Amino acid sequence: MPPKTVINAAGRLVPLEINGQPVIPFKGVGKHKPEGRKYSPPIPACSDYPDDGNKVVSSLEDALRRCGLKDGMTISTHHHLRDGDLVSNKVFELASGMGVKDLVWFPSASFPCNDPLIKYLDDGTINRIEGSMNGPLGRYVSEGRMKGIAVLRSHGGRVQAIQDGEVRIDIAVLAAPTADSFGNAKGTGGSSACGVLGYAKADYIYASKVIVVTDNLVDLPCFPMEIEGNYVDFVVVVDKIGIPEKIVSGTTQITKSPDRLLIAELTASFLEKSGILKDGVTMQAGAGGTSLAIAVFVHHILKNKGWKSKFGFGGSTKYMVKMLEEGQMGVILDAQAFDLDAVKSIVNNSNHIPYSVFNAYNYHSKGNLTSMMDIMILGATEVDLNFNANVVTHSDGYLLHGIGGWQNCLHARNVILPVPLFRDRIPVIVDEVTTLCGPGELIDVIITERGIAINPLRQDLIESVKASGLLLKSLKELKDEAEKICGIPQKPQFEDDIVAAIKWVDGTVIDVVRKIKTM
Amino acid sequence: MKKSLAIAGNSGPKVRSDCEIILEIRSDGEIEIDLTSKVKVLYGESIKNLIVEVLECFAIRHAVVKINDSGALPFVIAARLESAVKQLINTDHEYLPDFLQENNYSTTRDRFRFSRLYLPGNTPGLMINAGLHSADGIILDLEDSVTPEKKDEARILVRNALRQINFCGAERMVRINQGARGLEDLHFVIPHNVNLILLPKCESADNVEQVEKEINSIKLKFNLKNQVFLMPIIESALGIENSFEIARSSEIVVAIAIGLEDYASDLGVTRTLEGKESFYARTRLVVAAKAAGIQPIDSVFSDVADMEMLKHNVLTSKSLGFEGMGCIHPRQIPVIRHGFAPDETEIERSKKIVLAFEKAKLKGLGVVALGSKMIDPPVVAHAQKIIDLALRLGLLSTDWINEIPPDDK
Repeated sequence: MPPKTVINAAGRLVPLEINGQPVIPFKGVGKHKPEGRKYSPPIPACSDYPDDGNKVVSSLEDALRRCGLKDGMTISTHHHLRDGDLVSNKVFELASGMGVKDLVWFPSASFPCNDPLIKYLDDGTINRIEGSMNGPLGRYVSEGRMKGIAVLRSHGGRVQAIQDGEVRIDIAVLAAPTADSFGNAKGTGGSSACGVLGYAKADYIYASKVIVVTDNLVDLPCFPMEIEGNYVDFVVVVDKIGIPEKIVSGTTQITKSPDRLLIAELTASFLEKSGILKDGVTMQAGAGGTSLAIAVFVHHILKNKGWKSKFGFGGSTKYMVKMLEEGQMGVILDAQAFDLDAVKSIVNNSNHIPYSVFNAYNYHSKGNLTSMMDIMILGATEVDLNFNANVVTHSDGYLLHGIGGWQNCLHARNVILPVPLFRDRIPVIVDEVTTLCGPGELIDVIITERGIAINPLRQDLIESVKASGLLLKSLKELKDEAEKICGIPQKPQFEDDIVAAIKWVDGTVIDVVRKIKTM
Repeated sequence: MKKSLAIAGNSGPKVRSDCEIILEIRSDGEIEIDLTSKVKVLYGESIKNLIVEVLECFAIRHAVVKINDSGALPFVIAARLESAVKQLINTDHEYLPDFLQENNYSTTRDRFRFSRLYLPGNTPGLMINAGLHSADGIILDLEDSVTPEKKDEARILVRNALRQINFCGAERMVRINQGARGLEDLHFVIPHNVNLILLPKCESADNVEQVEKEINSIKLKFNLKNQVFLMPIIESALGIENSFEIARSSEIVVAIAIGLEDYASDLGVTRTLEGKESFYARTRLVVAAKAAGIQPIDSVFSDVADMEMLKHNVLTSKSLGFEGMGCIHPRQIPVIRHGFAPDETEIERSKKIVLAFEKAKLKGLGVVALGSKMIDPPVVAHAQKIIDLALRLGLLSTDWINEIPPDDK
C-alpha cells in the first residue's frame, strides 16, 4: 500500500512515512519546534578497553566483527578524503563478503569514487544511501533501482538528524590521515592529509561504535586531536586510506569561461555597489570556478579600498588563503580544505582555524554561524519565479548533486546565487523547480550574465542599487529571455514512486524526488 | 544527386552547444530521426519538429537523420542540417531563422573601434553570449579560424548567427576569405545586416574594389539599403607598401588593420614581444590611415593569459597612433578599451588647455597661455580631441565646464 501523502507548507506533495519511519512534513522556515532530548549512544566503561590505550586491531574486517556488524545496521563515513576515499567502499566490500544485508550507508557526501557501491546496492548488501548522490549513483536512484528510499540532507541537517536521533549510527568508520593507537586523530600529516575532520564530529560522538582507520599511526598523543580517542572503539592501520591527488586538488583554478567570469565580475560589482561589501564584512564562497573568481574580484576591491574581512568561512582555497596572507581577511574558519595551499595554511597559520560544521551548520543548536554571514555565494541547478531553488536534480529530473551546506547557508544575511541564464540550452530560471531544496524567502539575489534579479522581499537591496547602473530585471524577464534563446522546454515525466526525500534543515520533509519515467 | 550520405557539424566530449548531423536521403520511406542529446528530455520534440521543418523547406520527404546533439540552439541545428542537405542536393533555397529585431541597426564611419572580438565562424558555443562582453565590434570569422573542409558549413552557421544572436549593439562584422571564396562569402552575409566586412591579406586597391563591387551587386539584387563598411587587413610587405592607396581606395573603407603574424612570416622574421621587426610597418600603416582620414587598427595580442603584457602592448599601440586592436578573448576587451581611452592625466591636462583657450577667446586674445607657457593651436586641437573622446566614452560629464569650481577656472 502506498504511504499516505500530504501537501506541505511549501505546496509539495510529500509522504508521512519514509522507509517505514514516520516523518514530519515541512511547516515553513523556523516553524518546526523540536521537542524532547538529544539522542545518546550507549554508555561505555573503561573496563571494556585496554588499560594501555592500545585499541589497534588486525584488520578492518576484524574491527567490523568486533563491532557486531549485522543486517540492517547504519554505517557512517565522512567525505574529507573526497574523490580519493579508499575506506567507504572497502567497508561494504567486506560486509558483502561477510554476507551482511540491508545496511544503510550514511556518508556525509558521496563522490564518483563511490560508484562501485552500485554493485552492493544490487546484491542487497546496502538497502539505501542517506546522503548525497552524484553521477551514476544519482542515475541509479532516479531510475528507481535502489531498494530503500534515499534521504538527502544538508551537512547541518545530517548533524541535526544524528543529534535528534532520527538517524542512529551503529558503526562510524572514520578514515583519519593521522591517528594514535588510542584513537585520537587529525586531518593533517601523513600521505593522505585532508586538512580537517569536521564532518566526522557528530559521527564519533553519537555512534554506538567508532572505528578509526589510518595509514599514518603516530605515537600517543596525536595532537591537536580532532577526533578524541575516548570516543573510539577500535583503530585499524591500513596501507592507504586515500589517493592523495584526489583528496585535494593540487590546485583550485578560477574559471576560464568568459561567461562565468562575467557573472563573477557582475557579482563582485553588485556586492560593492549595494554596500554589502564593506570593511569588516563576513563571507563565504565555495570552490567552484565562478565562486573562486568572485573571491579574486572581491579581494581586489577590499585591497583597493583598504578594507578587511573580519572572517571568511571555508571550504578554503588558495584564493582565500591569499586574502588571509595579504591582510584582507582576519581569520579563516575552515570546515574543509579544497587545495594543497589551504592544507598547508591550516598547519602554518594560526589564523586559519579548523572549525567543525558541528558548530556552524546544525539548526537544532543555540545559534548558527551562517546567520551571521554578510555574504553567501551559492549555486543552483534551477531557480523558479518565486526565488525557490533546486540543487539536487537537473531539469531533466535526474538526481545529480548533494545538498552540501547549501540549505544551511541560506540563513545568511545576503544569499546570492550567481548562475548562468542557461546551461547547454537548459534554462536555469523556471516556472516551478523540479525539486524544492530552498524556499525563495531565504534567497535574495540571482545574478546572471544577462541581468540581476533581486527578491522583492529585499526592498532595501533594490533601493541600494537602483542608481548603480547595474542591469536589474525580474525573474520573469530573465526566464522569458532564456526561453526566447533556447525555446520553451518540455517537462520531464515521472512515475508516482518516490525514490528520494529532501529534508529541510530542521528534519522536516520539504520535497521528494520521484522515479523517472523511462521511454 | 551528388552523393547519398552527408555529415555536418561537430560532436565530441569537448563540444558544447553544437551538434553533428548525418543525413541520408532515400527514395522512399518516412523521415526517420535518430536523436542523441543531453537535452532530449526537455527539447527532444522541438528538435524533431525543427528537423522536419528544415527538410520540408528543401522538399526532402524521405530521409534518415542521425543527430548527435550537445545542446545546440535551434539556429545551429538548422544550419547543420542545411549544410548536410547542400552536400547532397543542388538548391538555392535557404532555411532562414527569424531575424532578431534587436539586430536591426546600422553603424557610422567614425564610431569607436577600440576592441573587436574575433569568433571562430564554426564554433557556435562561443557566439551565443559574445554580445555581452561590450566589445565595440564582434567579428564572425570565416577565414583562418575555420579549417578548409568546414568552410562551407561555417558560412551557413555565420548567416544564421547574424540573424539569431543578439549582438547587443556591437558593430556586426564578418571576416571573409581571400579571393573568389571571399566574394562568395559575401552572398551569405550581406543580406543579413552585416555592418562591416574585414578583408584579409589585402594587398591592393583592386582587392577592395572587387569586394565593393560584389557588395553593391548583392545590395542591388536584394534591394538592401544598409550601409556596409570595409576594413582591409594588411598582412604582407606588398600590402604595407600599398597601404595609403588601400586606405583611400573607397568611401566605404573606414579603417585599416595590420596582421602581424603573416607580416612577420612574409618578411622572414620572427614576431617578438617588443615588435622592432614590425615598427616600420606599424607606423607606415598609421600614417597611411591618418592621411586617408580613417582609423588605423593594430594586430591582436595572442597570449590571452598575460593581461599585464597586453596592457603594455595597448599603450605602445596607442602611442604609435593606433585607434584600436583585435581581441581573441573577451577578457582582453576591458584592458584594450581602457588602454585606448584617454587617461585621467590626459583628460585633466586637456581640460585646462581647452578652458584657457575658451578664456582667451572671450577676452579676444589671439594667444593662449597656460600659466607662463604659450599654447600652440595644434595643442589646443589635440586637447579638444581628447575632451571629445572622453565625452563620447562617458568619462567626462557633458557639462564639465560648469562643474569646475570658479576658482579653478
